[in-house]
Amino acid sequence: MIIDTENNVKAQNGLRTEHMVLNMGPQHPSTHGVLRLELELEGEIIKKVIPHIGYLHRCFEKHAEAMSYPQVVPYVDRMDYLAAMYNEFGYAVAVERLLGIQVPERVDYIRVIMGELQRIASHLVAIGTYGMDIGAFTPFLYCFRDREKILSLFEMTCGARLLYNYIWPGGLSHDIHPDFIRSTKEFVKYFRPNIKELNDLLTNNKIFIDRTANIGILPVETAINYGITGPNLRASGLKWDLRKDDTYSIYNKFDFDIPVGQGLQGTVGDCWDRYYIRVLEMEESLKIIEQAIDQIPEGDVTSAIPKRIKPPVGQIYSRVENPRGELGYFIMSNGSVNPFRVKARGPSFVHLGIMDELCKGHMVADIIAILGSIDIVLGEVDR
Amino acid sequence: MTYDFFYKLFGSQVVAAIIQGLLPLFVFILPFAVFAVWLERKVSAHMQDRLGPMRVGWHGWLQTIADILKLLQKEDIIASENDKPLFNIAPLLVFIGSYAAFAAIPFSSAFIGSNLDLGVFFIVAVSGLVVAGILMAGWASNNKYSLLGAMRSAAQIISYEIPTILVIVTIVMVTGTLNLNTLSEMQTGHFWNWMILGGPTLGVAKFLMIPFMIIGFVIIYISSLAEVNRTPFDIPEAESELVSGYHTEYSGMKFAMFFLAEYANMFAVSAVVAALFFGGYQSPIGYLGNLIGIKWLIPIEQLFWFTAKGLFFVFVQMWLRWTLPRLRVDQLMAACWKYLIPIAFVNLIIIGLITLM
Amino acid sequence: MKSAQEIFDLLKTKFGDSIIELVSTQPTEPFIIINPTEIDKVCFFLRDDEELLFDNLMNLSGVDDANGKNISDGDGATKIEGGTLSVYYHIESTKLRHKLVLKVSTQREKPDVASVEQIWRHADWHEREAFDLLGINFLNHPDLRRILMPYDWEFGYPLRKDYSNPEFYQGMKVPF
Repeated sequence: MIIDTENNVKAQNGLRTEHMVLNMGPQHPSTHGVLRLELELEGEIIKKVIPHIGYLHRCFEKHAEAMSYPQVVPYVDRMDYLAAMYNEFGYAVAVERLLGIQVPERVDYIRVIMGELQRIASHLVAIGTYGMDIGAFTPFLYCFRDREKILSLFEMTCGARLLYNYIWPGGLSHDIHPDFIRSTKEFVKYFRPNIKELNDLLTNNKIFIDRTANIGILPVETAINYGITGPNLRASGLKWDLRKDDTYSIYNKFDFDIPVGQGLQGTVGDCWDRYYIRVLEMEESLKIIEQAIDQIPEGDVTSAIPKRIKPPVGQIYSRVENPRGELGYFIMSNGSVNPFRVKARGPSFVHLGIMDELCKGHMVADIIAILGSIDIVLGEVDR
Repeated sequence: MTYDFFYKLFGSQVVAAIIQGLLPLFVFILPFAVFAVWLERKVSAHMQDRLGPMRVGWHGWLQTIADILKLLQKEDIIASENDKPLFNIAPLLVFIGSYAAFAAIPFSSAFIGSNLDLGVFFIVAVSGLVVAGILMAGWASNNKYSLLGAMRSAAQIISYEIPTILVIVTIVMVTGTLNLNTLSEMQTGHFWNWMILGGPTLGVAKFLMIPFMIIGFVIIYISSLAEVNRTPFDIPEAESELVSGYHTEYSGMKFAMFFLAEYANMFAVSAVVAALFFGGYQSPIGYLGNLIGIKWLIPIEQLFWFTAKGLFFVFVQMWLRWTLPRLRVDQLMAACWKYLIPIAFVNLIIIGLITLM
Repeated sequence: MKSAQEIFDLLKTKFGDSIIELVSTQPTEPFIIINPTEIDKVCFFLRDDEELLFDNLMNLSGVDDANGKNISDGDGATKIEGGTLSVYYHIESTKLRHKLVLKVSTQREKPDVASVEQIWRHADWHEREAFDLLGINFLNHPDLRRILMPYDWEFGYPLRKDYSNPEFYQGMKVPF
């Protein structure tokens, strides 16, 4: 057994008690990938959490420096592999801003639909695996059943189910399938009642509420200070969504709400709120898809793709609202065809940094609840 | 009784007793475990919108046998830091604990492993052995997850024995016997003679007792779930937290022993619940054997009813497992000490007062 | 809402020489260059001043400017000598809705930058990452360890432009 001598606690009668150091991961069923959490425990109470990351480090940033701008797209797919569409979306927006080009309207509409479908798919995984972390296995498969339908839509569009290489700087790799609009409408119609089913099965389950309400409370000031964004920040009660607050693409054309945490079952910013925000966001995404799918204009989706991307000297930080939060790309150009420096500021990487703050004083079982509720993807943490 | 039959057949008490002892293992527990594992897969699959095993045999019914063959061939891994003797004894002890419980369970009027006068008491006592086995497994594995799982398990099983015993005491108080066979015999006739509907007595007391008997049944069923470590009380092996709890380090046949014990245990507690509250092996609607005058048909019918009742409760356990999330360890303890035990205690007093009437 | 020019003027009067320059010639985003050892004081002011309230650090990225002299070391690899490493800070105010870009440049041979971890806890891991991949030393950082690379990685900082892979790592051949 590893004994941490620094943190030994002395008891009065000459006997010693020690905090137990437990390594959760890198191989563990619910660390959502290869994450290692070094836990310092007193019985089952957590004294300290030290996340160790980097087991999945694939040198994205180093690779990007050796690639031309379009060649980076498949690499960004592999960062947040549950929201690959959105990674591409963010990267394309960043490069377009650096180049100062406008994309045709049809491209924007298709991007938004893809992005929102991807958001639903990603939230379904988040919700499903969260249920599984808490011990309910069945909602997980229900969520995957519905995610499957979205993946089929993507497959219909670009042939790939997970890593798409579909959204390119300046446009799309190719147009949508003629059947896509009808299938998407069918999916929206099919999916809406399933959210209710999910609520019946998991959201309002007494045991689920007991496990998640008042656990891992994140006050809004702390959240901002730690750079928390996306659903996790909104669950803490701040109405902050880059789709509205720092708008990009054509999100300002659509009418949708930004759900914020209200502490319905406990305190604002607890695990249940972070979970429930995602359920509500799926519904908002459906709204956006419904509006966008009816308005797609005709046009060519590849016409604006530059033959050779060679941005002027300069740098840009461009951010989009990924399903997990603020996905920012810092791209520096020295005037050549290869980016000089690409830094991806992934939400998962940032969110994982708050584990220690959230977990202190909770029990071992709560770590799982908290880790699941902040919804990280290790591919993006390690890049 | 089967014992007398074997005694006459072999003329030796020892041989008869051994056969009598092994009979439930080979005729009942092993086939049941094989069936239950398959059933669990199928039940979970159909609840989750999938098919479950479909390849091995008709609807995959041979899947468990294939799995057992696989487990038999597996390497038996013992890590160098394990406490070897304890590590090897633990799965045996767990299995013995749940197997021994079957000795006092009356499968039908013709077959009961050992017709003990202290039947229920024996079952409660001997399942206590399981705790020792689990603690040994957790400690001997020398793995922190196993240790945490074992500690949780010990705390949980010991706590939940109290409400179980309180409910059993309630029944014993009403019926005046600890012998499960006698208890089953008392509930003969039709389903309105079952303990859950106030027992075989007649009068106002019977109807007064019904709501409290139902409360008692719910309590004993919940605590039996906790005793066999099923969801929502499966925190000792909570896979998302403790990987696999106390059997993390086990592989091959030793792991299968834990698995077998778990399923045997599931049936054992269901059988006890059925015997206490649902008439044991008694038919709810009378016997076909009585109707057409074939006496030897009755024990077989009884075995059928007993298995059906047991299986029904096993099915409910599975149903719950694939529906509910898992409690946290402190909530689990709170549920036991703050709710179940006080309610069981008040229930005991009220039923006691009704019996006095 | 304040523009970069207004903030620059404000900072210039408050901190004087620590604020070096406002670069707004680039087409994309203007940035303010600040003295690397004074950045923490400036950031405290930026966060807490009533008119600025920069409460959110969006991103912190280290960059190897590769503006030194290229020196070939004989066996094909080149080393860069001299020049600077930079850190870009992208900050915003969630209340007042304005954004700002700060930049510090530090000597490649002695890359010391004051840590802003005390101001935005968010910077903690980003600074560790910049240290890990570029070797920028953040002064007063409480826990400056490697984060993405293995803890026993001793072959330099991968994101530097003159980084070359080691032949062996723990007995394993690296380029295959």
